[in-house]
Amino acid sequence: MNIVVCVKQVPDPETPPSSFKIDSVANRVMPAAGVPPVISPFDEHAVEAALRIKDAKGAKVTVISMGKDLVMDVVKKPLSMGADELILLQDEAFEGGDSFTTAYALSMAIKKTGQYDLILCGRQAADWDVGQVGLGIAELLGIPSVAPVKKVEALDGRVKVERVVPDGYEVIEVPMPAVVTISNELGEPRYATMKGIMAAARKKPTVWTSQDIGAEASKIGKAGSRIKLLKLFIPVREVKCVMAEGESIEEAAADLALKMRAAKII
Amino acid sequence: MAEYKGVLICGEVADGKLAAISQELLYAGRQLANALGVELSAALVGSGVNGLSREMVALGADKVYVVDDPLLKDYQGDSYVPVLEKLCQKVMPEIVLVGQTSMGRDLAPRLAFRLGTVAAMDCVLLGIDPQSKLLIQTRPVYGGSALATFVTESARPQMATVRVKAMSQAERDDSRKGEVIPFAAGLQASDLRAKVVNKVKEEVAGVKLEDAKVIVSGGRGVGGSESFSYLNDLAKVLGAAVGASRPPCDSGWVPSSVQVGLTGKIVTPDLYIAVAISGSSQHLAGCSGSKCIVAINKDPEANIFKVAQFGLVGDYRKVLPAFAQKCKELMSG
Ligand SMILES: Cc1cc2nc3c(=O)[nH]c(=O)nc-3n(C[C@H](O)[C@H](O)[C@H](O)COP(=O)(O)OP(=O)(O)OC[C@H]3O[C@@H](n4cnc5c(N)ncnc54)[C@H](O)[C@@H]3O)c2cc1C
Ligand SMILES: Nc1ncnc2c1ncn2[C@@H]1O[C@H](COP(=O)(O)O)[C@@H](O)[C@H]1O
Repeated sequence: MNIVVCVKQVPDPETPPSSFKIDSVANRVMPAAGVPPVISPFDEHAVEAALRIKDAKGAKVTVISMGKDLVMDVVKKPLSMGADELILLQDEAFEGGDSFTTAYALSMAIKKTGQYDLILCGRQAADWDVGQVGLGIAELLGIPSVAPVKKVEALDGRVKVERVVPDGYEVIEVPMPAVVTISNELGEPRYATMKGIMAAARKKPTVWTSQDIGAEASKIGKAGSRIKLLKLFIPVREVKCVMAEGESIEEAAADLALKMRAAKII
Repeated sequence: MAEYKGVLICGEVADGKLAAISQELLYAGRQLANALGVELSAALVGSGVNGLSREMVALGADKVYVVDDPLLKDYQGDSYVPVLEKLCQKVMPEIVLVGQTSMGRDLAPRLAFRLGTVAAMDCVLLGIDPQSKLLIQTRPVYGGSALATFVTESARPQMATVRVKAMSQAERDDSRKGEVIPFAAGLQASDLRAKVVNKVKEEVAGVKLEDAKVIVSGGRGVGGSESFSYLNDLAKVLGAAVGASRPPCDSGWVPSSVQVGLTGKIVTPDLYIAVAISGSSQHLAGCSGSKCIVAINKDPEANIFKVAQFGLVGDYRKVLPAFAQKCKELMSG
């Protein structure tokens, strides 16, 4: 069985909101100084989902990552967790794209890998929070999809998944090949082992350009982009927090209730 | 692109009634249609939904396309996407709006790609640029740390999903006139590649989070599932629902259906009490629409105090029992 996992490198989404800065001229986020990028967290869950299938049934896990300024230690993390192969899509021509151009390039790369049974993505990338690329890949490849999912099990020619819905989950069976997007309810991704890290260090990623995957120039990067960013800005929130006070914690707690009462909140 | 005209919203039905998001979409759609001077159409898709078409007219739709078919009983990408694709080809709307709900998150991207466009997901603000007449799509990005404004220049329809509770609800006016147009689904059971074999409900007892006027939410700092009893006790006094940030859900202290945030529920209660929650942008994405946020945290530097109207620095284990006691006293007096 061949599993492809799409993994995106993003600025660490858990950096404190106070250190979040944007360059409003270039309409870009400025990476927080000294904070290395990470694999988008849901993509790490997707790698974990793939490795669980590999553990249970045996599978070849190929990771594809598209981007610029990729940090090798970061994008190699899936290899150190146990993935088999890493393909990087790197080309100036990919830059300035949107969900469409990204899904298109990834789908072309997936086709080039040859055999694919299951494609796993994160439910959304933790930079632009879109949640569109995985489903877009399914459309472009003409295969079914389920999103977002917290459990994946490979059966004969099908996958059985648990799709997260607001009041619980649905158990769904879908024929392969299929795209499944993974959510954090899957459970903690495994740590890289020492052995894994050493094996990953020795592995060389395959690098593909837009030509390697046979991408049409009009469908990638800026040229293929259907959507245009006009403005990126930090919204102003101005709330003055009234702090409760007291000699003891208990008094402060009572003070809080009194202040809220005075403001007719309780 | 002149052949594309009008605004189409995708209605949503829950338990045989129009879901709240449908009214929000009708409100947003009406504003855009008025700004452009075009018609507002609504798609009403489901099984046994015909009776709701008049209500959609009363809520502002000029035309309601009713697609009523047993195969459309529950949302499934394999059935809803082709139906809406066909409908969009017939109506040729310049703008399509879908809710950022469990259904919309799945439907909008697939539908967009099938139509050769992309969707701006999770918009909180929509408008029409007076010059270009393009749809201005504003959505939170980077977990809610920033807002971004987009336009769809080179593809049609311009498609957006709308965050729940981000828009007002359309007002009902039963004297409004509109046209109800049946539309055949043309589906076969074999079109459904994904099969739902079971549905598991994980609902929590008591007030539903989405409907609660008061919510007491706990974070990682609560420390364990038993300690949520401190929050439950306070919730009882206030008649509140209990919610959580993501870590308590991930750790299994509470069911994941009570997660508040970007990838959890969006809530807009009158009062949101955040207990031992640091106030990450992703969490605030789910609760910043609350009328009043109260923060209880032992760290005076916690980000949550930047968005709270009232705060108290201290260990919640000491704060909550005394706070609940005083609230009880005040509320009975
Ligand atoms: C793409 C993406 C989507 C996400 N979606 C969501 C989402 O939908 N919802 C969500 O909540 N998170 C979400 N997250 C996670 C988010 O980034 C944060 O990790 C999470 O919100 C932190 O939860 P917390 O505030 O409970 O924990 P922490 O940040 O660890 O904060 C715990 C707080 O408890 C306080 N504390 C500890 N002990 C006590 C005590 N005894 N008394 C009082 N205070 C105490 C501490 O001072 C601290 O402020 C998402 C992340 C990503 C990347
Ligand atoms: N540049 C990329 N490289 C690899 N995978 C990606 C890339 N962009 C998006 N994805 C995948 O698509 C998912 C959804 O992304 P998005 O639609 O951008 O939120 C991510 O979680 C990844 O699995």
